[in-house]
Formats: sequence, C-alpha cells, structure tokens
Amino acid sequence: VSSQLAMDVGKKDSIASDSSEQVVNPWEVAAKDGGKIDYDKLIDQFGCQRLDDSLIDRVQRLTSRQPHVFLRRGVFFAHRDFNEVLDAYERGDKFYLYTGRGPSSEALHLGHLIPFMFTKYLQEAFKVPLVIQLTDDEKCMWKNLSVEESQRLARENAKDIIACGFDVTKTFIFSDFDYVGGAFYKNMVKVAKCVTLNKAMGIFGFSGEDHIGKLSFPPVQACLSVPAVPSFPSSFPHLFPGKDKLRCLIPCAIDQDPYFRMTRDVAPRLGYSKPALIESSFFPALQAKNGKMSASDPNSAIYVTDTAKEIKNKINRYAFSGGQDSIEKHREIGANLEVDIPVKYLSFFLDDDTELEHIKKEYGEGRMLTGEVKKRLTEVLTEMVERHRMARAAVTDEMVDAFMAVRPLPSMFE
Amino acid sequence: MYSSLIDPNLLIAKDSQALLVNGYRKPNLKTSNDPIRRINNTKPTLFIFSAPAPCSPKFFDNDLMGFSKDQLLSQLQELEIDYSKYEHPPVLTVEEQAKYVSSSEGALSKNLFFKDKKHRYYIISAMVDTKVDMKVLSQRLGLGKGGIRMAPEEALAELLQVSLGCVTPFAVVNESARDVSLLLDQKFKNQTRCIFHPLSNNVSISLSTSGLDKFLQSVGRDPVYVDLEANANPVVGKDQPPDLAVYVPSNSVVIPELPNNTPSAQASPPKNVSAEKTKPVASPKPSKSPGNVKSVVQNSGLSVFKNPEKFVEEILDKTSELLFSEVKGENVEALAETLRKRLTSEFTHLAVMYKNTAYSEGFYAGTQCQPKRP
Repeated sequence: VSSQLAMDVGKKDSIASDSSEQVVNPWEVAAKDGGKIDYDKLIDQFGCQRLDDSLIDRVQRLTSRQPHVFLRRGVFFAHRDFNEVLDAYERGDKFYLYTGRGPSSEALHLGHLIPFMFTKYLQEAFKVPLVIQLTDDEKCMWKNLSVEESQRLARENAKDIIACGFDVTKTFIFSDFDYVGGAFYKNMVKVAKCVTLNKAMGIFGFSGEDHIGKLSFPPVQACLSVPAVPSFPSSFPHLFPGKDKLRCLIPCAIDQDPYFRMTRDVAPRLGYSKPALIESSFFPALQAKNGKMSASDPNSAIYVTDTAKEIKNKINRYAFSGGQDSIEKHREIGANLEVDIPVKYLSFFLDDDTELEHIKKEYGEGRMLTGEVKKRLTEVLTEMVERHRMARAAVTDEMVDAFMAVRPLPSMFE
Repeated sequence: MYSSLIDPNLLIAKDSQALLVNGYRKPNLKTSNDPIRRINNTKPTLFIFSAPAPCSPKFFDNDLMGFSKDQLLSQLQELEIDYSKYEHPPVLTVEEQAKYVSSSEGALSKNLFFKDKKHRYYIISAMVDTKVDMKVLSQRLGLGKGGIRMAPEEALAELLQVSLGCVTPFAVVNESARDVSLLLDQKFKNQTRCIFHPLSNNVSISLSTSGLDKFLQSVGRDPVYVDLEANANPVVGKDQPPDLAVYVPSNSVVIPELPNNTPSAQASPPKNVSAEKTKPVASPKPSKSPGNVKSVVQNSGLSVFKNPEKFVEEILDKTSELLFSEVKGENVEALAETLRKRLTSEFTHLAVMYKNTAYSEGFYAGTQCQPKRP
C-alpha cells in the first residue's frame, strides 16, 4: 500500500501541518518542532497497542526460532490484534499475510525493503501464505503515469520483491490492473457501500472546502478499497476457497494505520474477520532531517542498486553523526546515540545483539570513533545490498510470471 | 489462559482425565509394583493422561508442562541436594559461561543434543576437554558410522523444553523428554563438583555427581556414566556388539510440526490429494507411538526437498558430520555450531532462490506444453 498516496493532492492545498504537533498520516510524516517522532504518543493517538516483550517471547516459542531482528530491536513496535492471531494459530487456525507496494519508481531503497524483509521472516517462521499487491492503477492515476509505464514499474518492483526471498509455492503477487475483477471487484463494491462520504473525508482529511476533483469517486474508491479488499480471503477464490473466516495479518508502516482502521471497521459488517496489523516505525533518512527516507532525494537513502563505493561514500559524507566535533571532546563525552544515524541503521540491520551492544557502549562512552561505526555499517549494508543484487539478477521474467500467475498454492501452509 | 483450569495442589486439565500430582514424581512411583506403570507398561510418568478432548489438539503446552528453573532448584532443595548457584547474563557457549563461572567452582560441562535417523534422541553431557566423536559414538550405539547428528532447534524446545545453549542433564525432568537417552561422562566422577545449567542459561549450578545421581533417581532415571573416549576405533561385529547399544531408547519420538499436526479447522481443497499425503499424519492420540514414525519418516524424505530450511539443515548436518570425523582438536563442536549459525540464513536464502527458479522453469514448461495425444 503506497505511502505516497495522495501526496500531490496533499501538497496543493495545505493540509494544516501544525509544526507544534507531530503529524503522521499516509501522505505526511513530520515530527514535532523538527525533533523526533514520539511513537508512544502515536500509539495513544491511533489507538493501537505496543508490541511488548511478552509478545515477542510468545512468537519465539511458537516459531521455535529466534525472533527477527526487527522485533528484537523494536522496529516493528505496534500492533492490532496480533495476540488474537497467535491465539488462533496455537489452536491450529492459520492466517495469511498481506502486504503491498505502490510502484512509483524503479529505484528501491532500504526503507522500502524493510516491510518485505519482515514479511519474509513471518512467512518462513509461521509457514503461512502471502499475497502481495502492486497498486499500479493507483500510481497511474495519482502520479500521472501511463498505464503501460505503471505496469512496467510494477513488474520491475516485483523482481526486487521476489529477490527478498519469498517462496513461490506460498506467495501470490498481483497487480491491480491484472487482477481487479471477479471476486476481488465484488468485494471492492461491498466495501465502498460501507464507507460514507464523511468517513472518506475523515480518512483523507478533506473538508467541505476542498474541491470535488479530489473526491472524484473511482480513484478514491480504489484507494479506499486498496487496503481493504486483499484483507478478505474471499478476494482470492483460487487460493482460499471456502475459507471466508481465514484471518489476515498485515505488516505495514504505522502511517498506514488509518486505512486499515477503516478496513477493520468494515470487515465485521461484511461477515469477515478483522485483519490484524503489525506496524513498524520509520526508517530514518541518512541526513536525519525529516521523518523518513524519500525516494526523491538520492542522498537521503541507500538504494539496492548502489555500488559498494557509492554506499561507502554516502555513509561517510551524508550519514548524520552523533559524534562530537573533536576527538578530545568525543573521548570525553561520548557520542549522542539518540541522533546518530549509523548506530540507528546498525540497530536495524546488524543481527548480532552482542556486537550492537558493544558498539553502543564503546561509542556512547567515547572510546569508539564515528569512523569505525561508519565502517562497520558500510560492511553490513554492502553485504546486504550485494546479496540482494545477486538474488535480483536471478529473477527472470518467467519467474515473475510464475509468482503472478493466478494458480492454487497447495503447499501454502507447509 | 489456563489459570482458570488449574488448582495449584491438584492440577486437573479441563476435559481430560489428566492428573498432575504436585508437578513432580513421587519417589515411590518408580517401583515396578506401581499400578500406573503396569497399566501403561512404560516408565513411570510425571503426568498421567488419557486421550485429550478433541478441543485441545496441541497436547504439550509449554506454559503448562515445562519445568522451570525455580521449580528445579526447589526440588533439589527438597531432596537435600547440595548445590551452588551462579547467576549471570544469558550465555550460549561454554566459552561465554567460563567468563562468569570460574573453574575453581567446579568442572564446566559441554552438553550436546543428538538425534538419530530413527528419531531417537540423546543428551551427551561431558567434560569440556573430553573428545566427543560423533562417528565413534554412532558406531558404539550400533547406528553405523553416520547415524547421529545434532538435533534441530525444534527438538530442543519440544522435547527438552529449554532454549538454545541450554542443553542440560536436568532437562530429563520433563515428561516430554522421557524417551531421551542421557549419557554422562565418566570423567565427571573424578570431579568434586560439576557445572550445569538448571534449565535456564542465565544461571549455572555446581553440584557433585552424587547430587546429580540422587536427582536423576528421584525422577526415575538410572544415571549412566560412560567412558566417552574409550573404544575410539570401534569394531562392531557378530562377536563384538556395539558397547553402548543398550542405551539406545526403545521409543522414537515424533515431534509435531506445530501447524500441521493439529486437526485443521479449515477444509483443505479436496482436489489436492498430493498435498494431503505430504502432511505428517495427524494423530489425535497424545502418545508418541511408533506407529506414527513410519509415516513421518516417509514424508520427511519429501519435505527435505520441498522445504528450503530442511534442505539446508540436511546439508549442514552432513557438513558437521564430516567436520567431526575429519578434524581432530578442541572446540570442533563450537566450530560446527558457529558454521551452522552463520551459514543457515545465507544457505536458506540460496535454497529459496533455487527452488523458485526450478518452479518457474517448470511453470514455464507447463505453459508451453503440448496437450497429450488422445
């Protein structure tokens, strides 16, 4: 589900972004007074729940393996109904995963990969199937791309997604242009009938003052249905025939919460289970200025196409450092770990807990210098990007066709 | 979730005639006059169950059954077994443990958890410098040269109910470990005290072998001490039976794969008959009878090639075996563990890509396929 949805719309008419309050919604993310995002406040504001240690332990017990690094480090930190999903799982009631991407650009950066890396772990750990939605129609409309171009981008993005390591016998990737119709479209209409104009305006933050062009129905309907419909198993009769009550778990970034709140509201009225959510925080930009990485500024992010040299360069030149100005001062006070980007990135991508703790301690107390931390980060990221590139090179058009074919998945729960 | 079902003194699981008596075996249960033993014809059990109600398909619930470190320690105290306790951050290897518990407190132990091809499990607890040669052990047990391998993580959780890095002789206190064979290093007997994890890897305890023996006997186990370095070139033949064969468990253990072993609430697609066959047979009975083993063994052959993780496990098992048999020296086990830990994720990624590629080629071939001639 696109996190850049309605960005253009948002920009033209100033949605009051009061800098004295933090703003988090699907098309704008800004911290209060340019500081840090307060995630606790966000959880309160949205009404979701914190993913606490007991839940993480429970995941470990149920899956007989170490929880993913994103869980251990609090990257995925909030949820709705994840406990209920686990209860059902223990009883033998499975679930399926749903995630998506709005294919607006060919260039994927590490921030884009995060939900997919986590979803891959969920698929492996719980042995459940996954549907991945590529909202090419939405991008075609909002980003003013041609139909062909948006379809092409969708397929290109699919290759990067496949390279994350999803299992073809348990994964169905679809693009809206290809798949919308049939049972999927029927659910779209059912959802649309449940959503009042007021609610739509509430979700988009429009008021009576906004021009009707914004609400010209098909795009809005599509956008509203986009997160909702794949959460319902009956949208995929070739995958889940007769399993209307199958639960759905959606890993997403927390700014997508409003869409899924609406979906959860609609689901019981249509006789479906409410989808559960597991939500992540934002991956900070290299320069740390804004809330999250942006595909429009190449130096704010590490791309999966960057060479080792480019990665090293970007980190050395642009990664915002929490180290002190001079070595003496640094040795005395230590680094400011709160704002240091290399350490933050390591907490996302360095799997070894012991090593991370060591780095934080040494760097925070001034014994380790920024250069060393950046060097380690460069190593970790280069390895990751290299692995991704190798896997990406192995993805053929036939493989994309196979993943996107409307076919049953008999081994999906094995 | 289960609190409403438990009376602390006499635990009765809802809907089944289960009887947990104070959570541990009373000493007199181990005699063969015990009526329970006669009925079940097995070793005396901690928890006496009949078939559970169909509404609770997952038989062993870790929250309900797994012995905790505190329960173990209080039991040691009750048996008046003398031990010293050391608390430290969680440790996964002997090297790490050695940082926190000095050798003056006792002899550190390395604890290995093996399984053989017939799904029988073994805990080997040895002095750190005792050489444990898997090939030799396998032969001495009568399993041939490559008969044992390191047990998978799920087995650790399911049978021993401990976490990674926490294999310990004390794990046999759990009912789920009743068919796990425990072999202790003869060399322990020369030590005043030996050090083990009491079911948790952020605590170590040191106690004498007589203390350990007393504990084992209290849970119905005869302590078995073996010279692990003897018979380094075993010749197994008609006149020389494998000397450790008597310690091979009589029962094999089926570890339920969590999602598949329970009667599924959803109707599986009726057309996909092949899918049904490849799932492990779900038995409603809790007892892990040998009848289940055959179908699991048949299916496990298939799942090695269907499941990237099992595939990688197979590769690393064979690699570890070779390593153990070829490399002499200390810390081979630690090296094998490191290899396994560091390579598993890489290899799994490669295996998934391989699987996807093969599937795609097959899929494409299917689209180009000529229809069969009538």
